[in-house]
Amino acid sequence: MTTSIAMVLLILGCALVTWIPRILPFILVKNMKLPKIVLRWLAYIPVCILSALVIEGFFKKDSTIVTVQWINILVFIPTLLVALLSKSLSKTVIAGVVTMAGFRFFFS
Amino acid sequence: MEQVEQKQLTPDTFIQGVKDCIPTLLGYISIGVAFGVVGIASGISVLEVFLLSMLVYAGSAQFIFCGLYLAGAPVTAVIITIFIVNLRHLLMSLTIAPYFTKYSTLRNIGFGTLLTDETFGVSVVAAGKEGRLGGKWMDGLNITAYTTWIAACTIGGVIGQWLPNPEKWGLDYALVAMFVALLVLTLASIPKEKLMHYIKLILIMVFSMYGMLYFMPGHLAVLLSTVVVATIGVALEK
Repeated sequence: MTTSIAMVLLILGCALVTWIPRILPFILVKNMKLPKIVLRWLAYIPVCILSALVIEGFFKKDSTIVTVQWINILVFIPTLLVALLSKSLSKTVIAGVVTMAGFRFFFS
Repeated sequence: MEQVEQKQLTPDTFIQGVKDCIPTLLGYISIGVAFGVVGIASGISVLEVFLLSMLVYAGSAQFIFCGLYLAGAPVTAVIITIFIVNLRHLLMSLTIAPYFTKYSTLRNIGFGTLLTDETFGVSVVAAGKEGRLGGKWMDGLNITAYTTWIAACTIGGVIGQWLPNPEKWGLDYALVAMFVALLVLTLASIPKEKLMHYIKLILIMVFSMYGMLYFMPGHLAVLLSTVVVATIGVALEK
């Protein structure tokens, strides 16, 4: 259970740069009305950001080329099916983790 | 925001927020524990794991912090990278903030401070269904997620002193699985006639991510692809 002043300052620096983007829109939006076109654009953000985060795992950059991570895509399929059928967060997470653990156990 | 009259609305209470957070807790706990283990493995102390989870409070950024620390990256490189990794919160806050304009600035800062990928996901699903979000509900959701995260990371740090290699147990996939579920739930709240439009955008997203990964690291590709594909979404609207 130790740390140093330098480490605490580094963590505080990271905290600050994480905090500002989080709170800035809450302060700005409160004091002004967003134009309609911006609201329409924002409506696409959730689906875009969530799909980008999922798709990020499909690929891996190897020095110069981007390769497909087949294991992640194989695990994605049952995970997606459980999500579609159950519409449940916890069931999907369990299905994903168990499938991934199974694949790693048998194929690596 | 327009109110949907006929549906029964989620009560705006702290306890309802806590309840709606529960399905995400498994994700928080497994990722948090995994982070604690990875943190210890990369040479940071349990106290530092605790400080990171309390002050930075962002899964992917914390993992990247460990990676950079292990690689001996300079302070400025660590801070700039963390900034870019977490810049997606700007887009999330921008999406959620319009629902809370009637609350005080201080409350709004509170909502923003505790915003994460998962609480964003849960609130976007709720907002999509009901067209509104309550402040007390949001606090319940946020504070439950926050305390669980800090506890899970710290416990992971303690466990990390005995258990190497959390990846073997598939725990790292909990995060992706949670995003899959949140994506499906978000899509489920979209009107049927718009669904094809969104599916098209997701396909575009696959190509966008693949292409961008040639030129930039993953977290930057996520950010830029989101901006580009959302813009395409508006442009292709009928």
